[in-house]
Amino acid sequence: MADLQTAPISSTWAGGRSPFNVSYGKLMMWIFLLSDAFTFSSLLIGYGAIRFSYAGSSTPWPSPDLVFNHFPFMHGVHLPLLFVSLMTFILIFSSVTMVLAVEAGQRKSNKEVAKYMLLTILGGVAFLSCQAWEWTQFINEGGRLDSNMFNFTPEAYEKAKNLKLGDHVHFTAADHIPGPVPFASLFFIVTGFHGFHVFSGVIINLVIYLNVLRGTYARRGHYEMIEKVGLYWHFVDLVWVFVFTFYYLI
Amino acid sequence: MSTEIIKDTHAVEHHDSHGHDHHHHESFIRKYIFSTDHKMISKQFLITGIIMGCLGMGMSLLFRLQLAWPDESFPLIESLLGKWGKDGKIDPNYYMALVTIHGTIMVFYVLTAGLSGTFSNLLIPLQCGSRDMASPFMNMLSYWFFFISSVVLMSSFFVETGPASSGWTVYPPLSALEKAMPGSGLGTTLWLFAIILFIVSALLGGINYITTVLNMRTKGMSMSRLPLTIWAFLLTAILGLLSFPVLLGAGLLLLFDRSFGTSFYLSDIHLNGIGALSNSGGSPVLYQHLFWFLGHPEVYIILMPALGISSEVISTNARKPIFGYSAMVISLLGISFLSFIVWGHHMFITGMNPFLGTMFMYVTLIIAVPSAVKTFNYLATLWKGNIRFTPAMLFAIGLVSFFISGGLTGIYLGNAALDIQMHDSYFVVAHFHLVMGSSAIFGMFAGIYHWYPKMFGRMMNKTLGSLHFWLTFISAYLVFFPMHFMGLAGVPRRYYQFSLIPEFGIWMDVNILITVAALLGGVAQLLFLYNFFNSIWRGERATRNPWHSNTLEWSTDVKHIHGNWPGEIPTVYRGPHEYSRPDRELDYFPQYEKGNGEPDYYHAPSPADTSYDGKKEKASTVFFSSFAYLFMKRAKVRA
Ligand code: HEM
Ligand SMILES: [Cu+2]
Repeated sequence: MADLQTAPISSTWAGGRSPFNVSYGKLMMWIFLLSDAFTFSSLLIGYGAIRFSYAGSSTPWPSPDLVFNHFPFMHGVHLPLLFVSLMTFILIFSSVTMVLAVEAGQRKSNKEVAKYMLLTILGGVAFLSCQAWEWTQFINEGGRLDSNMFNFTPEAYEKAKNLKLGDHVHFTAADHIPGPVPFASLFFIVTGFHGFHVFSGVIINLVIYLNVLRGTYARRGHYEMIEKVGLYWHFVDLVWVFVFTFYYLI
Repeated sequence: MSTEIIKDTHAVEHHDSHGHDHHHHESFIRKYIFSTDHKMISKQFLITGIIMGCLGMGMSLLFRLQLAWPDESFPLIESLLGKWGKDGKIDPNYYMALVTIHGTIMVFYVLTAGLSGTFSNLLIPLQCGSRDMASPFMNMLSYWFFFISSVVLMSSFFVETGPASSGWTVYPPLSALEKAMPGSGLGTTLWLFAIILFIVSALLGGINYITTVLNMRTKGMSMSRLPLTIWAFLLTAILGLLSFPVLLGAGLLLLFDRSFGTSFYLSDIHLNGIGALSNSGGSPVLYQHLFWFLGHPEVYIILMPALGISSEVISTNARKPIFGYSAMVISLLGISFLSFIVWGHHMFITGMNPFLGTMFMYVTLIIAVPSAVKTFNYLATLWKGNIRFTPAMLFAIGLVSFFISGGLTGIYLGNAALDIQMHDSYFVVAHFHLVMGSSAIFGMFAGIYHWYPKMFGRMMNKTLGSLHFWLTFISAYLVFFPMHFMGLAGVPRRYYQFSLIPEFGIWMDVNILITVAALLGGVAQLLFLYNFFNSIWRGERATRNPWHSNTLEWSTDVKHIHGNWPGEIPTVYRGPHEYSRPDRELDYFPQYEKGNGEPDYYHAPSPADTSYDGKKEKASTVFFSSFAYLFMKRAKVRA
């Protein structure tokens, strides 16, 4: 079993078949991801609890449609959630290239592994760049860890809620009033924590990519490392789907 | 005999060293400091845990002095605490700091890292039959994160404003507002950093433990032949893995609240009667939910390894199979599952919906069922056993005693209606010190005495061990039992001086009794420390299998080697508890010993063979059989 060769001292290991028929390294990755899922859940559930506590309050939770409605070079156009959808698409696409890298690894095609790893890395970098743009936008409009300027005055809100896709928006600072602070702080925490994971993933992928170029895995005879980082990458992607759903869509 | 074995090992090791080049010429640093050998890491955890235990206990003695003689002046306190101990009395703020750090140390540093870290590391590879942990490197990191975390926590004593003071649960707003009390400043920041490092350590360790148990067992070591210690460590690691991340999330948010002006946990409040916060909009109750989602599993993270250890120790020293092996496993599984859905019983008076409170109450009370199964199984194992009262056995029996006396009061506290009265009183202090403090500490001592020969190759002194047991046992009951009555009478916890409140003046004598008993307990631990450290160098040399135990770790040589077994790893032929089989002359039957015509105990019970009782438990249903057995039939095992 190729899997076992990765274990350092278990060369004389006399054990029976492993219960899940996976190598210890992959099992560790699964277990780590399970626990990381709980970290994200705690943040998302915290988010849910706080957001719920604003139901029916006089300072309502801002509508994400009206906050995340910008797109680069489309200044002043109401494009709700379009940019974040693009980000989601990029990330999911990078998961697809990751699958292709894993599959190429199973065929032991070093060149293709390298190609798809590179694409995955580019996808991750693109996602992070988009996030940087989005954060900048958010901060420019008055989002801070300790303040949220995304709520509308009642008059402005009447106008805002009737906006349609592609309409022109021209709200000034005077149209905005402070809203629930946790809206902004949670935005930074939740997307920041996720972005940190993507960032770590890009770094890890980069290391693996360099190893592929140097032929480490070709020499080792198997590409299990790709599968392991693949698990991580898909997980990060999956978490984003939840962040996207709970923070942006709902 | 023992020297022979040691010589032997050398020979084998030399022989083997061609295959494993890293066995020899290890530098001091690689061997003792940045070791990747699970046996050395286990010792590192143990020694660090013992040091932290001494500090935690020392703090409890200091604040016990304060509680017993609030108007007395102790020069010792002044010289230890400096400005916080002016005139030999503990400053009230500092009292809270001591209580907080005492709780933190005992819960996390001694009974989580010290207990799980020591025994999971030592026993998982040895009892499962693997060369080392799945990732020895991560294992080493796990220890060093723990070490750094301990240093960070203790460094808060050298901070101008003192250590964290908002209780071991560090509830906001006390912990979130830097100005709330002195310890809410840098002290709490350090506390949070220490805990984050600790969580990293726990995760690195836990991932390793789980993977090793699932994936690296030796041939024949099926899950149903695992010693109960391993089951307990496995489930403990799973609990930690799923609950610590939530504390990580909680801590992260708290850190932001403290340092970056967010307000996840801050709702509209007034401090000292004036001024609302500049920032609000969250809820401190959110923190409590997140905290106790860890907090309750945490008490089982503390307790389960101790339960597992005492299962092995009791079975070995009663020379009987553990009563109801599968019932023991199933109840551990039940406890693990239930522990994730009962956290609300710590929050009955936070204003939660009474319906929700009722649900939390039901699931809490259901935990009594698997706990009772375990208790009765311990008792049934002891029943008519051929008991050897080694120090380890005494401590294991002590654990059972505390598990009962402390567990029963859990049923009171789990009852929402009663808890409204008893919450935050000394009744709670009594309850958790018995059921998780004393029980787990006793389990840890049982483990130390039992596996000392495996860790250090020498025996601890038996007489001193027994004395240590009796003094500790008596002092623990004298300290914690009277607290029940104080609590029922309404004496609140986390108060620094009761003589200021006339109604509580009547408890002064009891407070003195408790403190004297606590000092007695402190003296008893000195005996232990002497015995422990003295035996490392001067104890009687251990033989290979001093307790005539069945499990795999005793098949290794007394002298430690990397990879544990010089040759091939032994194969396992049967379950871990075959003591006193009537068809054998020896009263034990090691797992690794091939019998002739091997009747496979757990997997192929031969229908004709009804002479030993291990079979019965397999045939009968798990839970009721325990009772049926206990009351209707007597265990047939003889020595
Ligand atoms: C050495 C013997 C011990 C003594 C004399 C002792 C004494 C005490 C006392 C009197 C308190 C309450 C102080 C107050 O509320 O004002 C306390 C708190 C506490 N102790 Fe111990 N204790 C001991 C060992 C342990 C152990 C082994 C544990 C492990 C679980 C433990 C965990 C705690 C915790 C969690 C608290 C609560 C801290 C808080 O309120 O934030 N203690 N201890
Ligand atoms: Cu609890």
